[in-house]
Amino acid sequence: MPDAASIKSRIEAAIPGARVDVEDWTGGGDHFRATVVAPAFAGLSRIQQHRLVYDVFGDEIGGPIHALSLTTRSE
Amino acid sequence: MSDQQTNPMRAAIAEAIEQNEVILFMKGNPDAPACGFSMRTVEALKALDASFAAVDVLPDPRIRQELSAISQWPTIPQLFVRGELVGGCDIVTEMFETGELAELLGVEDAEAPPAAVGESAPLQIENRLS
Repeated sequence: MPDAASIKSRIEAAIPGARVDVEDWTGGGDHFRATVVAPAFAGLSRIQQHRLVYDVFGDEIGGPIHALSLTTRSE
Repeated sequence: MSDQQTNPMRAAIAEAIEQNEVILFMKGNPDAPACGFSMRTVEALKALDASFAAVDVLPDPRIRQELSAISQWPTIPQLFVRGELVGGCDIVTEMFETGELAELLGVEDAEAPPAAVGESAPLQIENRLS
């Protein structure tokens, strides 16, 4: 089962320079909320920014990670 | 294109996105959303008095599967405006709060004719065009 700490470290590992906060929204280990601030997001639309994060997890989104709510910005 | 020719469900979804200026793929319907994320997205659209078509993805799991294949977006809801994916609940809510959603929807929504959707539409589109 995913947990907030592992989601945080996976995003940080995949997106260089990312500052990530993750909380387990419901306490149930499947609904998470993340704020990701990364220089790599500069110049990207919100869709593109969120895709970069979703891509870290692939099929896990909608599977073991039922929901990953995102707030992203470049700075 | 061959995908769409050989895959009626995918073709129907692509056509719905193309033909409806504002279309929301959600869980449940606008009057009875079946998920909190879908509910918040509907609320943002309703708060703006936006006209939108809605498709419930729950009756057939293939809808969601094919939709995500088209949009390359993993979660539901998904809002499309003029054929382009705007985002899911997080992005729509954020854009609602900043006024960007009103701007995006306000440009053409007054005059655009509602797309005709037949009773036999395979996706059971609920037309919310006022």
